[in-house]
Amino acid sequence: MDIRGKSIILSLAILVTMLGIWEMSVHKPESSEPLSEYELLMGGAEQESRVPPPSDVLKLAASELSNPFYDAGPNDKGIGIQLGYSLYRVLAGYLLAMLIALPLGFVIGMSPLMYRAINPFIQILRPISPLAWMPLALFVIKDSEASAIFVIFICSIWPMLVNTAFGVSNVRKDWLRVASTHELSRLRTALTVILPAAAPTILTGMRISIGIAWLVIVAAEMLVGGTGVGYYVWNEWNNLDLTSVIFSILMIGLVGMLLDMILAAAIKRVKYQE
Amino acid sequence: MKNSFVQVQNLAKRFPIANEEELTVFENANFAIEKGEFVCITGHSGCGKSTILNALAGLDEPTQGCVIMDGKEVVGPSLERGIVFQNYSLLPWLTVMDNVKFGVRARWPNWSKEQIESQCHKFIDMVGLNGTELRKPSELSGGMRQRVSIARAFATQPKLLLLDEPFGALDALTRGNIQDELINIWNETKQTIFMITHDVDEAILMADRVLLMSNGPRARVAESVVVDIARPRKRAEIIDAPEYYKIRNYLVNFLVNRSKELSGSSPSLNEEPLTVNPGVETRPMPETKAIA
Ligand SMILES: Nc1ncnc2c1ncn2[C@@H]1O[C@H](COP(=O)(O)OP(=O)(O)O)[C@@H](O)[C@H]1O
Ligand SMILES: [Mg+2]
Repeated sequence: MDIRGKSIILSLAILVTMLGIWEMSVHKPESSEPLSEYELLMGGAEQESRVPPPSDVLKLAASELSNPFYDAGPNDKGIGIQLGYSLYRVLAGYLLAMLIALPLGFVIGMSPLMYRAINPFIQILRPISPLAWMPLALFVIKDSEASAIFVIFICSIWPMLVNTAFGVSNVRKDWLRVASTHELSRLRTALTVILPAAAPTILTGMRISIGIAWLVIVAAEMLVGGTGVGYYVWNEWNNLDLTSVIFSILMIGLVGMLLDMILAAAIKRVKYQE
Repeated sequence: MKNSFVQVQNLAKRFPIANEEELTVFENANFAIEKGEFVCITGHSGCGKSTILNALAGLDEPTQGCVIMDGKEVVGPSLERGIVFQNYSLLPWLTVMDNVKFGVRARWPNWSKEQIESQCHKFIDMVGLNGTELRKPSELSGGMRQRVSIARAFATQPKLLLLDEPFGALDALTRGNIQDELINIWNETKQTIFMITHDVDEAILMADRVLLMSNGPRARVAESVVVDIARPRKRAEIIDAPEYYKIRNYLVNFLVNRSKELSGSSPSLNEEPLTVNPGVETRPMPETKAIA
């Protein structure tokens, strides 16, 4: 068997073992003692708030995923709808960031003057936690939806910008000479030589950005509330529905992985060997 | 000189060096290239051959002097001058076909798709690469890559072709084959070619004239050696030509002995290199020490 087959079997073995340990450790033996006074006071909530076993999570997942888009009021929407809200915000902020970062990255990468002029701003703004912008965004924009999108915008712009500028400024001089000996205009040079040459670096920046954006959207939605998978996690925690919390955590991971895989596939398409 | 196709006039290149007098690579370089001529230039590393070629290409500005092609001064690169670099300079994300197309499309933006394709195929065939059109450069050997680069340059049919040590990185066998191909293409297209080479045999095989440069700094284009051997020349037969060893000895002698002696003294303004024809002249060769 090749290493691929072996690794799949090993992964499955690890998964089953972990789930087994988890299942065993949370299954309390049926308590025969009568409820204590405290437990009575909590109305049996203690019983509910133990970490649920994976079998419960799987059961919930099956029922949630069989109807992911149901909508029964503001506090009861299907996981599909919640993920949809989050994806919408992430993509909106991300596309806005692309619209600015790619052209600006080209300008910075092609002009040493612009690089020097703009670099200090990037250096100061880049290390700021995206959530630190939230109060300012809420105050200025006065709209929680737009503020969440802004936070995604601001966190995903830096890797794209920096990688684009880096990729563009490091295009091999030989290739630029080919462009100039063929009398290509600056725009044509940018599109037919610099863009394909820098594409793997640019897309790597975009891959980092989408990862960060997906990390940040959960936190942002916990703050602004209303809709989205971040809000969903927080809401289920307030409901003490840990099964749903665990289920949504897994879904966040799954969607994040899919987003990453899309960008990885795009990188593979534009990668070239020198 | 006055009516030549290419005129290099009092060309000089100097570099400022920190805390030192500026470095003069060469100055007062004067020479001409006629239409349809195949001219090689040779000299030791660092004497300024690439600098001269880049000035001809318009890629690099000389400190002084100018290059005139077809009656116009060369300012900046142009599609009228095709270049083949030693490191091929292919675009690695494009296929063989698309690399050649890159040049053709830039040259004739108004051509139809069919015209462009047929021009590309013609030159890909000419360098013997048909069947590899869809490969990327990374899937080709060094010799094949250089063929693509030659096809790209020839396909744009420039008035002047500049080749900077095009075969320097290739093994002897491959080099021989591509030399033959280059001669064949040149026979068909009658393009004007200026080529840098370190290889004396290559220069004799291909050139009408070989320009000899003395060692730098302050190198000079010292002599213009006429290669008076009938064409078509074949690699296997050229060594039987009576002129062959005379020319070869002359060139080797220059590179081994005289290039050093001549270095350090610049020519005067408008001074042209001495024309010699070692194949026919009985003029005694200066110090015939070096033999094959
Ligand atoms: N930027 C530079 N600064 C200083 N000297 C340079 C620079 N570029 C080239 N040179 C010098 O110019 C000389 C000629 O270089 P080049 O034309 O590449 O030589 P060749 O092609 O004949 O080997 C070399 O001696 C090199 O040291
Ligand atoms: Mg050189």
